[in-house]
Amino acid sequence: MGAEPAGAVRGKGPRARRPRRAGQCWPWFGRRGSMKCLVTGSNVKVLGKAVHSLSRIGDELYLEPLEDGLSLRTVNSSRSAYACFLFAPLFFQQYQATTPGQDLLRCKILMKSFLSVFRSLVMLEKTVEKCCISLNGQSSRLVVQLHCKFGVRKTHNLSFQDCESLQAVFDPALCPHVLRAPARVLGEAVLPFPPALAEVTLGIGRGCRVILRSYHEEDADSTVRAMVTEVCLGEEDFQQLQAQEGAAITFCLKEFRGLLSFAESANLNLCIHFDAPGRPAIFTVKDSLLDGHFVLATLSETDSYSQDLGSLERHRPVPQLQAHSTPHPDDFANDDIDSYMIAMETTIGNEGSRALPSISLSPGPQPPQSPGSPSEEEDEAEPSTVPGTPPPKKVGAEGEGGGGGGGGEGSRLQNSLVPSSSARCSSAPSWPP
Amino acid sequence: MKFRGKIVDGACLNHFTRISNMIAKLAKTCTLRISPDKLNFILCDKLANGGVSMWCELEQENFFSEFQMEGFSAENNEIYLELTSENLSRALKTAQNARALKIKLTNKHFPCLTVSVELFSMSSSTRIATHDIPIKVIPRKLWKDLQEPMVPDPDVSIYLPVLKTMKSVVEKMKNISSHLVVEANRDGELNLKIETELVCVTTHFKDLGNPPLASESTSQDRNPEHMAEVHIDIRKLLQFLAGQQVNPTKALCMHRICHSGKKTLLLRVETNETYKVRILESLSIRWHHMAESSLFTMGPTWMRINQCL
Repeated sequence: MGAEPAGAVRGKGPRARRPRRAGQCWPWFGRRGSMKCLVTGSNVKVLGKAVHSLSRIGDELYLEPLEDGLSLRTVNSSRSAYACFLFAPLFFQQYQATTPGQDLLRCKILMKSFLSVFRSLVMLEKTVEKCCISLNGQSSRLVVQLHCKFGVRKTHNLSFQDCESLQAVFDPALCPHVLRAPARVLGEAVLPFPPALAEVTLGIGRGCRVILRSYHEEDADSTVRAMVTEVCLGEEDFQQLQAQEGAAITFCLKEFRGLLSFAESANLNLCIHFDAPGRPAIFTVKDSLLDGHFVLATLSETDSYSQDLGSLERHRPVPQLQAHSTPHPDDFANDDIDSYMIAMETTIGNEGSRALPSISLSPGPQPPQSPGSPSEEEDEAEPSTVPGTPPPKKVGAEGEGGGGGGGGEGSRLQNSLVPSSSARCSSAPSWPP
Repeated sequence: MKFRGKIVDGACLNHFTRISNMIAKLAKTCTLRISPDKLNFILCDKLANGGVSMWCELEQENFFSEFQMEGFSAENNEIYLELTSENLSRALKTAQNARALKIKLTNKHFPCLTVSVELFSMSSSTRIATHDIPIKVIPRKLWKDLQEPMVPDPDVSIYLPVLKTMKSVVEKMKNISSHLVVEANRDGELNLKIETELVCVTTHFKDLGNPPLASESTSQDRNPEHMAEVHIDIRKLLQFLAGQQVNPTKALCMHRICHSGKKTLLLRVETNETYKVRILESLSIRWHHMAESSLFTMGPTWMRINQCL
């Protein structure tokens, strides 16, 4: 059964395409059985939201009616992310996995086609009263009907492919680290990160604070550095926090945001199970009617990174007032100006004799500086220039810097748009062949 | 070099955020100058930046509840940094509705301006978002390129119409021509004009009023109905108009012909909000005076923002 182009989906709009047998919603007779389910009320939007979050991961949707519910699954092209929603029979007003005595069906459809049915969430919420999904083994069409207000009925006939069952092998119970929090908490926590950011590091810092930090690849081109954003959450925001200090994983933000937006709209708690860097992280949402699992590969080269996280935490002086009752975030409670200031006098040292005294003049203790601080690069670049005369070369360099900033941003963006492909996410969850 | 500042007042924070957004719209990278009583956002008139320059000045005490800095030396108590303005605006975006904001100069992994935002969270705990904005420290010898530009006495100065109106007019003109002629006289008249081979479109504004001149300028003898004119790149003007996020109530425009044969257009913006913010901005567009209808390069945008509480 060949895949037909997505054009078959276009029967959308007020003048809906009728099924072959008018007036009969589900023409399900046949040897191969048929599935039908009916979603009503606000659950239509929940289903739509789930499709939206799945569409952030894969290009194909695996739809599989099971006895214990309807499962929607997807995997991304590099097989580093897998997502699965299972809607329990109670989620539907009517649910029939297959006609009695027949085999279970399963099918694979284009994500784009299925998403187009649920594209507008506002429309789903405001006009759609019920949605029936039916799958007939013989007609080789997945039929999605939206029953809207004023008797408008939109029918989408989606072509599908037969497929094997898609199942990632994972077990949350084997993960030593578990975090659980309301999705809203995590949703707000990822809000400060730029939309183009590809990966984020989640780690446990000192005092069981959960730290989310933007992850940027070490770039040889150090002139264009990306802004590092870090969000620090207190233990109190979590319902469960079972993880060691120093544990850290890096994963794709886009997929995580997808799940978060679903979980936030359904007001669910999100559970994160994770293991060592490189092992897949499992994100789960659960309530009585549905069950969602996202399995994301994590970067295996996180060793240096978690160290970084640890060292950052370490070199931060912990304020003495930080009692258990008033857990002040380190960065804020600390008002010691000296510990944070930089001594970058080297940058001006090259100005010549005039600038030299300033080094000795600079009061206050010098914070411990690594000798190879980036400011020294400028130092090396400049000694050829005559003090006091701004050489045209300098202006050019500055101009280049400005232009380079733009180009650099572009290239950084490109970097981040090439997401953690299979090459970088070395340890994808394992799939059956 | 040391710097640390803290903003706790919501209105100040909001205002600071809007200024940073405005700067991000005008310039990709900018220079931040920190001195004991002022913060300046500077963009230099370099061809690589499209010839736009900007001077924006904030009185630190109107924004910061705490402000400590230690400059390059006792005589030169200033710090000059280069940063990507979008980074700052993005960092401050999270600061809206924040409890407090801290800005610090740090050297965590690289020299950076660290913006720490204390956010409200659902539980009793505080949530901190920290943004490390990479910076480049500008060496002392380049400071002199970054000094406040001289504002010349104008030939004509005039109050502008509501900037939103002006923006919608200029936006439409942009579709027809890439250059705009701004004409004004001392009789409260302002024309925005585009000229192409096929069409000439002029929008006339009348009775705008002229502010009193600060000094008895040389052009006093001029006929008040005489129009002074400048040619400017329409996109640059629009960029300025679109970037306005400070709700000005009064804007001022001045024309000037410099001795060097360059024409200048200054735009100055004042606002009056509930807590008496007064903002002055000036955009000056310089025109290399070659022939009346010759090519022009885009001149500097300057801005001065004062806030009086």
